[in-house]
Amino acid sequence: MRLEVDTVTLGYGAKLVVQETGFCLEPGSLGCLLGPSGCGKTTLLRAVAGFEPVRGGRIRLGGETVSEPGYTLAPERRGVGMVFQDFALFPHLSVADNMGFGLRGWSRGERKARIERLLELIGLPGAGAMYPHQLSGGQQQRVAVGRALAPRPRLLLLDEPFSGLDVELREGLAREVRAILQQEGTTALMVTHDQLEAFAWADQIGVMHAGRIVQWDSAYDLYHQPADRFVADFIGQGVLLPGRVREGRRVETELGFITGELPIACRPGCEVEVLIRPDDVEFAEYGLRVEVLDRAFRGAEYLYTLGLPSGARVLCLTHSHNTHAVGDQVRLRLEADHLVMFPRTEATEALPLAS
Amino acid sequence: MRLAGRPSPWGLGVGALALVLALPVLVVVVNLAEPAGEVWTHLAETVLADYVINSLLLMGGVTAGTLSMGVTTAWLVAMCEFPGRRIFQWALLLPMAMPAYIIAYTYTGLLDVAGPVQTLLRDAFGWSWGDYWFPEVRSLPGAVAMLSLVLYPYVYLLARAAFLEQSAAALEAGRTLGAGPWRGFFTVALPLARPAVITGLSLALMETLADYGTVQYFGVDTFTTGIFRTWFGLGDATAAAQLAAVLLGFVFLLILLERWSRRQSRYHHGGARRRQVPFRLRGTRGGLAAGACLAPLAFGFLIPASQLAVWAWRTGPALVDARFLELMRNSLLLAVGAALMVLLLALIMAYGRRLRPSPLMHAAVNVAGLGYAVPGTVIAIGVMLPFAWLDNTVDGWARAQLGLSTGLLLSGTLFALLFAYAVRFLAVSLQTVEAGLGRIRPSMDDAARSLGRRPWQVLQEIHAPLLGGTLLTALLLVFVDVLKELPATLILRPFNFNTLAVRTYELATDERLADASGAALAIVLAGIVPVVLLSRAIARTGERHAT
Repeated sequence: MRLEVDTVTLGYGAKLVVQETGFCLEPGSLGCLLGPSGCGKTTLLRAVAGFEPVRGGRIRLGGETVSEPGYTLAPERRGVGMVFQDFALFPHLSVADNMGFGLRGWSRGERKARIERLLELIGLPGAGAMYPHQLSGGQQQRVAVGRALAPRPRLLLLDEPFSGLDVELREGLAREVRAILQQEGTTALMVTHDQLEAFAWADQIGVMHAGRIVQWDSAYDLYHQPADRFVADFIGQGVLLPGRVREGRRVETELGFITGELPIACRPGCEVEVLIRPDDVEFAEYGLRVEVLDRAFRGAEYLYTLGLPSGARVLCLTHSHNTHAVGDQVRLRLEADHLVMFPRTEATEALPLAS
Repeated sequence: MRLAGRPSPWGLGVGALALVLALPVLVVVVNLAEPAGEVWTHLAETVLADYVINSLLLMGGVTAGTLSMGVTTAWLVAMCEFPGRRIFQWALLLPMAMPAYIIAYTYTGLLDVAGPVQTLLRDAFGWSWGDYWFPEVRSLPGAVAMLSLVLYPYVYLLARAAFLEQSAAALEAGRTLGAGPWRGFFTVALPLARPAVITGLSLALMETLADYGTVQYFGVDTFTTGIFRTWFGLGDATAAAQLAAVLLGFVFLLILLERWSRRQSRYHHGGARRRQVPFRLRGTRGGLAAGACLAPLAFGFLIPASQLAVWAWRTGPALVDARFLELMRNSLLLAVGAALMVLLLALIMAYGRRLRPSPLMHAAVNVAGLGYAVPGTVIAIGVMLPFAWLDNTVDGWARAQLGLSTGLLLSGTLFALLFAYAVRFLAVSLQTVEAGLGRIRPSMDDAARSLGRRPWQVLQEIHAPLLGGTLLTALLLVFVDVLKELPATLILRPFNFNTLAVRTYELATDERLADASGAALAIVLAGIVPVVLLSRAIARTGERHAT
């Protein structure tokens, strides 16, 4: 069901946690709120669930207003399922009873059939009589998803659902859960701080910063067309290199020219900063001479930190058979498909961006 | 469901409950504003100074007694290995099962002129009465000894936990710097445990101020006996309430002391826990340690309990008559009823606070929980006054309007008594329930809500089954406290309604100590139940800390 979050403001006491922000999630699609801790993403999710009242704006579910200032439809009346960070399985109930908890008012036969179908869907057929403590973390997680899906919620919310699990399990489970949700045709919204998880899972991702959604886009566009410096910094790795706009939609940098659509209104001659991702540069026979300052071995790849003659630094991701020692001189050239740039700020030095 | 702009029903409900439960204390305080009557002036001129001095002496003595017994035994059990340590670590709690008034009656029977000890001395040495000096039990020092013997477990319990929680590194660092067991104790362990020790002490002193049975029997004039005498002897309710208000002042200081020390102790935790008992005592020193632990246990529980058992055995057949069974029935019904009611109140308050943790809600729950510090005598006065006023008002109205008398509706009913118990013992239940609820993660509530349950259904389907054992513990603790309670029961019980505690008191006052043993023993046996619960928890932490 369609979820509309319209200029919503949320807060505790005098503190505003989310300020006039919104997005729209189409029926059947999987959305994700991505951001560093403290950005307000969990509060926004809890407001959609009905646990937090809104101070301003409106939340609509399938066209029905469920939250506005002075009105909060109780969580139990929203038909919104939720998967919790700690799974929150009821320890005194068996797996089947946990999954049947939301099926009050269903006939015994329907109930049984629904639980059995879901147990199959989550890959735990025959586990209905077990108790939560007898299951592994990954199994508990899938039961939590099954329990939330059982009453066929209008919308499923997931609060950091994979963060309690081992790193090796996370991506696989994220994909598995995605498949389950698609099979059920559920509209779902997840909250996470892990971009790989968001990329593996969501159709649409909203990057949140300081209480606002700064960009609502696909993973590909977030990476290649970040809307501002925060998104450029938060998503992926890269550095901002000073550049100057030239005729013919070109930008000149120390590493050479990049051509592309100019994302901001600029005249030739204006000073900008260009986002250089580690995959936008490559070692070459000819090109700018740079010095290897550091390298990190990542198995299939090396991530090099390279010093340019001006003192600026760039990152370069390359096959691990391109082996150079720290202190080596190598040649580097640009190989960028996307032109991402921002107006120059006072700091003219290239800023290294954290991952 | 409209939420904003209107207080929730939970907030209103809990607030109203808190106000009702705070009523007795408020009534007593408000009475301070009444103009002082003749009786008060008389009291102030004659006995008030005695009450204050005796209460202070009593508190000073109990401080010395409980600290020396409680801290020593806690240190030995927590930090040293010696014969019997494992048994002592839980058995040292047993004196808690012994109400102060019962131990006072027992020792009086043991030590007075006709008692077995003096008889034995006379027989052994050929003395006769008047030839020799023997300490008088029924005196202020005697009361100090009795109260210290049954109240030291408060200090022991908290000090032991504090010693165990201290980081191993602190004491080990002290040892590498040359501090042996003695210096380590005084320079490192004791200062670190001080907040916990003070908390335990303030609880023991609250009980000291609340005591009525012991000081009344020993003829030591304190506030509690003064309140009784002013009310029933002089018939002046206002003066009694004003005395109660002065007593409340002392209690309030103790509450402040307790809160303050609890805050301090928060900063003293942390660090790796000890896996080993640091000091091993062998031979004579081990024997001395065992003796130091055995003494409070023997004098505080083993000896008086045995004496009670001997008396009960001798008078046994005559004891269990229809009257005794009626006492048992009354006590059990009252205790079960009060425990259930208090548990229900505690659940509502604790769950309300969990649902809507607003500052107002915290304040309401904290106020409702203050009764644990208020002496039963004070609460009884605070219940009696408004209930009597209400009865008189209703009766006056009915006479004027309807021409008939409604008599006493609330005063002298079981309801008044149950209400007083609720005020006094809510905190016991509340603490237990809140600790239990705290172990249930908030996401459980949210999960049940998002699966279609209303708040009270969450309480019913999730919290109640998960709390199971905790609820039983809360019930038991209040049950036993009500069974032991004396002064409030004495004042508020319906006419001719007797309980085990009241009957023990009456028989002892008539100097029929042996006849009181049956009822007393029943109370002590029931009192062992919470001790067993506590010692099971202790045994668990003991295993974790010191194997």
